[in-house]
Amino acid sequence: MSSLARRRATDYTVKVISVAFAAFALLLLAWILWTLVVRGLPAIGPHVFTRITLPPGAGGGLLNAIVGSLIQIGIALVIGTPIGLMCGTFLAEHGKTTPVGNAVRFVNDVLLSAPSILIGLFVYQLLVMPFGGFSGWAGAAALAVIIIPVVVRTTEDMLNLVPIGLREAAFALGAPQWKVVTLITWRAARAGIVTGILLAIARAAGETAPLLFTSLGNNGWSLDMNAPMASLPIAIYQYAASPFEDWVALAWAGALLITVGVLTLNILSRLVLAKMK
Amino acid sequence: MDATLTGNQAASAMAVARKPTGRLSDPIFVGVLWASGIFVLILLGLIIAMLFEGGLPALREFGIQFLWSTTWNPVTEKFGAGVMVFGTIFSAVIAVIIALPLSFGIAFFLTEIAPGPLRRPIGVAIQLLAAIPSIIYGMWGFFVIVPLMAAYVQPPLIDLLGPLPVIGALFQGPPLGAGMLTAGLIMAIMILPFITAMFVEVLESVPPMIKESAYGVGATTYEVYRNVSVPYGRTAMVGAVMLGLGRALGETMAVTFVIGNATRMSASLFAPGSTIASTIANEFPEAGPGSLKLQSLLELGFILFVISFIVLALSRLLVRSKLKG
Repeated sequence: MSSLARRRATDYTVKVISVAFAAFALLLLAWILWTLVVRGLPAIGPHVFTRITLPPGAGGGLLNAIVGSLIQIGIALVIGTPIGLMCGTFLAEHGKTTPVGNAVRFVNDVLLSAPSILIGLFVYQLLVMPFGGFSGWAGAAALAVIIIPVVVRTTEDMLNLVPIGLREAAFALGAPQWKVVTLITWRAARAGIVTGILLAIARAAGETAPLLFTSLGNNGWSLDMNAPMASLPIAIYQYAASPFEDWVALAWAGALLITVGVLTLNILSRLVLAKMK
Repeated sequence: MDATLTGNQAASAMAVARKPTGRLSDPIFVGVLWASGIFVLILLGLIIAMLFEGGLPALREFGIQFLWSTTWNPVTEKFGAGVMVFGTIFSAVIAVIIALPLSFGIAFFLTEIAPGPLRRPIGVAIQLLAAIPSIIYGMWGFFVIVPLMAAYVQPPLIDLLGPLPVIGALFQGPPLGAGMLTAGLIMAIMILPFITAMFVEVLESVPPMIKESAYGVGATTYEVYRNVSVPYGRTAMVGAVMLGLGRALGETMAVTFVIGNATRMSASLFAPGSTIASTIANEFPEAGPGSLKLQSLLELGFILFVISFIVLALSRLLVRSKLKG
């Protein structure tokens, strides 16, 4: 075989292998989704949304877990979004090349990938131990720590896409900086910033580890933020490992709900981003 | 009306023009921006301080041997991090070893082979693997992959490779399904999208000119990829792999489901083990406030933080240096 033929053969083989790898990755995604649909869909019924978690065999649902998750994510957003937005704005408008800006950007990147279970431990030490117990507040705080770096990152990226000329035009008209940022730059980057928030919601919705030692989970109906609070991921975690068939079925139903929600948010935000660029 | 302004009107117009509307509001606004930036710095500092302070009593009790001692005995209250540190690094390295060739192949596919209109949808679909929550991977691994491993993958490997000298040590023990290899496999799927996305980003930043030069002298697509594109982005690609490693080190829920949660050390890929994160998740409910066990778990958390901080910081340095320069 000539050297050229051998090189062509290698090229061809590698191409075939990489196509196979890509197909394999897509297959994995399909496999996971298929498993969720096959096991989760039959378990979904009105009871999942109308009844709270009950002992095995009592026909319970996930209502308290869903509501608990929504409350904790909602409060985490209220805490985390303004801080993330402001910090992202700081990086884009004031911290491009300054040492403080670089330090904040570095720390934010670390927080973005830091093990989420450590965030749970941290909030346990900060809010659970000193204030005498697991609480919805602690869960929301832990999720806020998850949300902040996501919002910071996307906000900065999106603000960097806004043309400098737009800012200069506003400054030339004598607008003070806060007006330039809030009325011009934020507005120009609005879709992108919202995308970041959607991504942050998606991230927080699936997080289990930070809630284990903060809001703990609750099998009763409770809206008290000072008491342990149920959440969907924790309920799934408890139920999936249980020996009761109806609990495992509920865990699959919950898993399907979370995954559909998270993937929808992700696809939505990617569509918005694609439009912007 | 008059075409000219009266003196009075002109004066007031000038006053409007001169008066800086942001005299008070601007410092406040800028102050808030700075405060939020500093807040993120403080947040990281607090996390480190809280974990360090929480684990300090355990470190005092067991001394520096805590870091490598392989005892983890809740009954006698003797704790050491050795088994978990080993498990954390072992499983994460397995994950990277599995994910790396896949990422190289998929990045090659996405940048050089896939037809234009297919690139984005396929790229996005692979990115969706990263969006699936960790606990879903845990359930899928536990209910689908663990039985498959126990029935079809592990028995032939044990029969085939177990008797061999040296590498046989990796393939010992009963085929339980759950264990180091399964944990590494699941984590490989989870970190694959991160590594691939950064590979693609780096490869797309390779100047077309140098690739075209290589094509011009007759190189094949694969040769250009291997000898031009990959060497060009090597630093950042190493950074991407480090990011994957960093993510795998701290992975909790997925690992907890499939690693078997044994606090014994074993070199076998099939032996159940535990990582720092899975131990914290598993044993925390049995650790009372103020107990030595809780303090040991917090110290484990601190160790994990230090390890992942170093890996993530290194990853970021490598990635940024290349993409910026």
